[in-house]
Amino acid sequence: MEQTIMNNLGFPILSTLIFLPVAGAALLLLISRSNENLIKWFSLIVSIAAFIISIPLFAEFNKSTHLMQFTEKHAWIPSLNINYHLGIDGISVLFVLLSTLITILCVLISWNSIKAKTKEFYISILIMEGAMIGVFCSLDFMLFYLFWEAMLIPMYLLIGVWGGTNRIYAAVKFFLFTLVGSVLMLVGIIVLYYQAGGTFDILELTTKTYPYKLQLWLFWAFFAAFAVKVPMFPVHTWLPDAHTEAPTAGSVILAAVLIKMGAYGFIRFSLPLFPDASKAMTPAMLTLSVIAIIYGAVICLAQTDLKRLIAYSSVSHMGFVTLGIFALNLQGMEGGILQMINHGVVTGALFLSVGMIYDRTHTRQIADYGGVASVMPVYASIFMVFTLASIGLPATNGFIGEFLIILGGFKANQWAGVLAATGIIIGAGYMLWLYQRVFFMETNQKVAGLADINLREIITLLPMIILVFWIGVYPNAFLGFMHESVKHLLERVNSGGMHEAGIAKNILEIIK
Amino acid sequence: MSNYLLIPFLPLAAFLINILFGRKYLKENSHWVSILAVAGSWIVTVATLFDVLAGRVINEDLYSWIVSGEFKVSVGFLIDQLTAVMLIVVTTCSTLIHIYSVGYMHGDKGYYRFFAYLSLFTFCMLMLVMANNFLQLYFGWEGVGLCSYFLIGYYFDKKSASDAGKKAFIVNRFGDFGFGLGIIMIFLTFGTIYYEPVFSQAKGFASQTINFLGYDVHLMTLIALLLFCGSIGKSAQMPLHVWLPDAMEGPTPVSALIHAATMVTAGVFLVARCSPIFSLSETALMIVALTGAITSLFAATIGLVQNDIKRIIAYSTISQLGYMFLAAGVGAYTAGMFHLYTHAFFKALLFLCAGSVMHAMSGELDLQKMGGLKKYMPVTYWTMLFASLSIAGVPGFAGFFSKDEILWLAYSGSSPVGKFVWVIGTVVAFLTAFYSFRLIFLTFHGKFRGTHEQEHHLHESPKAMTIPLVILCIGAVASGWVGIPHLLGGGAHFTEFLKPVLGHPEAHGTHAEEWMVMAISIIAGFSGIGLAALFYLVKTDIPVMLTQKFNAAYKILWNKYYVDELYSFIIVRPAIWTAKNILIGITDARIIEAVVNGVPKGIGEFSRILRKVQTGLLQHYAAIMALGVLIIVAMMLLR
Repeated sequence: MEQTIMNNLGFPILSTLIFLPVAGAALLLLISRSNENLIKWFSLIVSIAAFIISIPLFAEFNKSTHLMQFTEKHAWIPSLNINYHLGIDGISVLFVLLSTLITILCVLISWNSIKAKTKEFYISILIMEGAMIGVFCSLDFMLFYLFWEAMLIPMYLLIGVWGGTNRIYAAVKFFLFTLVGSVLMLVGIIVLYYQAGGTFDILELTTKTYPYKLQLWLFWAFFAAFAVKVPMFPVHTWLPDAHTEAPTAGSVILAAVLIKMGAYGFIRFSLPLFPDASKAMTPAMLTLSVIAIIYGAVICLAQTDLKRLIAYSSVSHMGFVTLGIFALNLQGMEGGILQMINHGVVTGALFLSVGMIYDRTHTRQIADYGGVASVMPVYASIFMVFTLASIGLPATNGFIGEFLIILGGFKANQWAGVLAATGIIIGAGYMLWLYQRVFFMETNQKVAGLADINLREIITLLPMIILVFWIGVYPNAFLGFMHESVKHLLERVNSGGMHEAGIAKNILEIIK
Repeated sequence: MSNYLLIPFLPLAAFLINILFGRKYLKENSHWVSILAVAGSWIVTVATLFDVLAGRVINEDLYSWIVSGEFKVSVGFLIDQLTAVMLIVVTTCSTLIHIYSVGYMHGDKGYYRFFAYLSLFTFCMLMLVMANNFLQLYFGWEGVGLCSYFLIGYYFDKKSASDAGKKAFIVNRFGDFGFGLGIIMIFLTFGTIYYEPVFSQAKGFASQTINFLGYDVHLMTLIALLLFCGSIGKSAQMPLHVWLPDAMEGPTPVSALIHAATMVTAGVFLVARCSPIFSLSETALMIVALTGAITSLFAATIGLVQNDIKRIIAYSTISQLGYMFLAAGVGAYTAGMFHLYTHAFFKALLFLCAGSVMHAMSGELDLQKMGGLKKYMPVTYWTMLFASLSIAGVPGFAGFFSKDEILWLAYSGSSPVGKFVWVIGTVVAFLTAFYSFRLIFLTFHGKFRGTHEQEHHLHESPKAMTIPLVILCIGAVASGWVGIPHLLGGGAHFTEFLKPVLGHPEAHGTHAEEWMVMAISIIAGFSGIGLAALFYLVKTDIPVMLTQKFNAAYKILWNKYYVDELYSFIIVRPAIWTAKNILIGITDARIIEAVVNGVPKGIGEFSRILRKVQTGLLQHYAAIMALGVLIIVAMMLLR
C-alpha cells in the first residue's frame, strides 16, 4: 500500500527547512564576534527565510488525505536499514509552521537582552530550529532519535550559559530528566526494530501488530520519554526550574515547541504502535492528566515569581492536552492537537511579554510590580489578550481547544470531563489575580516611569495576537488540517491494531 | 434582509476603532463613534422588530465556526419574538446610557477606553441574544462577563475596584462551569447544539434517565439544572449573588446598563430561551422558582438597612431578578420576560438618577449624608420618584403590570410551589416599596446632612444626563402599557406577542381571585411606601430605635448574612493554603523533589564510598590483592 504522497513542490522543502538554519549557524561562525549587528541581522534573515519557505506547507497541504506528504527518502545506513526519510501529515504540519514562526520571535526578543556571547547564542537558536523541525518530520526512528537528542544540547546551553542565577542546577536537571526518559525510549526503539524484522521505518512499524505484553512494556518505555517532555505529573518538576532560569528565548522555545514533543510523541508513536496498551492504559493516563490540570492550576495560586507561575500553568494546560489525546475520540484528539498549538502561541507569547518587562525591571517577583497598566498601556492591553486566551475566553484560541477537549474527555469519562472543567475556574483565578497584581492597583515605585513597549516588541507579539484571534474566530482553518489524519489514527487505535489482522483473515478465507 | 447583521457588528466596529485609535487620536471625541454605532443598531433593531411583528422570523448561519467530526457549529442568528424583545431592551438602554455617559464621564482620563468597552459590551450582549445555537450564546455570555470585568475594574488603580472585577469574573466562572457541561450534555443527547433541532426533539427525551457521575438522573432535569447554573451566576442569584453588590465599584452608567438593565437579565433570557427543556422537568422548574423566590426575599431584606445608594439599588436588582426567575419557575416565562422588559427601564433609570445624585454630591454615596436634594435637582428627583413608583408597583406604572402578572400566575398556575412563592413575592413587593422609598426620602426630602462644601456644590446635572433620564422615565411609566391584562380591559399584547415562542400557562382562577391578588399586591406596595414615609419623614427616631432593639438582626443584615466571609473561609483561603503548604511545601518539595534530587545524591554517595577504595597507596592495593587471592584459594579448597 502506498503510504506517502511525493513532494511536488520541485525542491526538498523539509530538508531545506531543517538544514537552512543549520547552514545559517555554520555561516555565523565566519562572522566576526565583534560585529554584533551583522550577527543579529543575519540570524533574523535566516529565520525569516525559513518561515517563508515553510509557508507552502500551509498553502499547498492536501487536507483530503491522511497520508504523509512532501516526503523525501534516501538510504542512509543501508547495512542497518536506516533511511533518511522525511514527511509530514495533518498532525505534524502545524508544528513545523509553529517552529519556524517561533524562531523569528526568539531572535527578535533577544535583540537587546543578550549581550554576552551573542554569536554562540544565535548559533544555538538556529541549530535548535533545525533539530525541532527534524523531530516533527522524521519518518525513520533512528533519524527521529538523532534529532530528538540533538535538541537537548542547544537547549542545555541556552539555559546553562545565558540563564539566571541558578542556571547550572536548572540546566543539569533539565538534561538529566529528559535524557533518562529518552534512553528508555531508545531501548524501546531497538526492541521494535528486532520485533518487526529489522526496520526503523515508522510508517511500516505503525501498521504491524505486536503482542499485548510487549506493547505494555514498550508503552511505558516510550511513556518515560514523552511524559517527561510534556511534562506530566509527577515528572514535571524540571519545568519550573528550567523556565525560570532560562533566558526569554529559551523559555519561549521550551514552552512553545519543546514540551509539545512529548504530546506529539504520544500521538505519533505510542497510540499507533501500541493501540491495545494505549487503550488499556487510558484510565491511568486520564487520571494523570486530570491531576496535572488541577495540581498545576492550584499551585499557581501560591506562586510569587512571574515565570514560575506561567511554568506551572503550562503543567495545567498540558494536562488538558494529554486528556484530549487519551480521550481517544475525535473531538478530544483534535482539541488536544489544537491546544498544543494554542499553548505554544499563548504561553510562548506570555513568556515573550514577561521577557519584555524583565528587560526593563530585572525582577521576576510579582510583588515588585503593580500599576503597570498606568505606565505601559499598550503593553497592558496586549498582555490582557494573552491572559484571556490563557483562561479560554470564547473567540480566543484557548476556548476552542479547551472546549473540544472537555467535550471529548467527558465523552470518554464523565469524571475526567467534569474535573478538567474545574481547571478552567482555577485558571481564571490565578491568571486574573496575576494580572491584577502586576497591572492594576497603585503604581509600584519600581515600575514608575517605564517606557511602553517599542515597535520591535509590538512586531514580536503581533503574530501571536493574530493567531489568538484567527484560531479563536475561524478554527476550521486549522482543524481542517487534522481531520483525516486524526480519523485514520483513531481507526487504527480503536480497531486495536486488529484491523489489519482482520483483513488478513478475510483474505485467507477468500483464498480458501 | 441580511442588514440585521449591522445590529451586532456596528458596535464591534466602534469598539475596534476606539481601542485602536482612541488613546492617540480620538480622545475626547471617542463617544461619537460609539454613539453613532449603537444608535445605528437601534434603528436597524426597530426595522427588524417590524419584520418580526409581520411574522418573519430569521434563522440563518453566517459561517461555520467549529467542525470536529460530528460536532458542528456555526456563527448564526435567530431573530424571533423573544430575541426581538431583548434587542429592543438592549439597544434602547444602551443608546440612552451611551448618551448619558458623555456627561457623566466627561474629563475622565480613560474616556476612549470607557466607550470602547461599552461598545464591546453591546456587541457581546447582542451576539448573546441573537445566537441560534448554544455555543454562540456561550460566546456572548462570557463576552459580556469580560466587559463587566473590564468596566467594574474601570478605575483599576483602586484595589477595591480591581478586586470587584476579578470577583465578578471568577464567581461567574463557577456558574459557567455548569453551563458548559450543560452544553456538552445537550450535544451528547441531541447530537447538535442548535436551538431549533434541540427544542423540537426535546419532547422525545421527556422520560429518559441517564447515568451522570454514577447517579441515575432524569435527563431533562439534569440539562435544565446545568444550564440554570449559568443563570445563577450571571443573574446573581443565591448562592452566587456575591459579585453584584461589589460590581458597583464600576462607573454608574455601567451599573445601569450592565448590572441592571441588560447583562444580568441574560440568565432569565436563558431560561426563557430554553423553556422547551425546562418545561419538561417539574423538578427543575421548582428549583428555579424557589431559587428566585428565596433570593428575592433575601436580597430585599439586605436592601432594607444598607446606606450606600448604589448598593441598595444593586440588592434591589438581585431581588427583582429573583422575581423573574420566580415567574419562569412557575412556567410563566412571558411574565418573567415582561418584568425583565419593564425592569430594564425603571432600574436603569434608578441607577442613572443615583449617578446624577453622585455627580452633584462629588461622588458621595452615603444616604445618611444626603437629604433635601429635591430643590437642587428637580429633574433627577421627579424621574427617580417615578422610577420608584414603578418598582413599588403603584397601579398605572410599568412595574405594576409586570409584577401583577407574575403574582397572579404564581397564585393561579399549576406549579406545586406556586402558592408559596406567591406569598414570598407579595412580602417582597412590600419590602421593595419600603426600601425604594426609604432611599427617596433620605435622599431628596428632609434637611441636607452633608458638609458645607458639598451643599455649596449641589446642582442639577447637564442636559446630556437629564435628557436620557426623561426618556427612560417615559419607559418606566409607560412600557407596561403594552401588557395591560384583559382583566383591566387591556389586550395583554406583550404576552400574545411572545406566545409563539414561550407559550403561556393556564390560569386556574376566577376573576374574583384575580382582583384579590391584585388588591393584595397594591396594598403591599402602598403600605411599604407608607411605612417608609412614617419612618423617614414623620417619626425619624423609629429606625434608630429599631436598630438598637434588634441589634443582632440588624448586624446580620448589615453584613449581608456574612456570605462573603463564609466563601473566603471555605473556598478562597483553603485553596491558597493548600497550594502553599501542601502542593509546594510537601508534594513538590518533599516528595517529588526528594526523589529527583535523592537519586543523584544516592548515586553520588555510593560512588563516594567506592572512591575510598582507591587510595593510591600501593600497600593497600597489595593487601587487597592478597586478600582476594586468599579468598579465591579458600573457595577453591572448600568446594
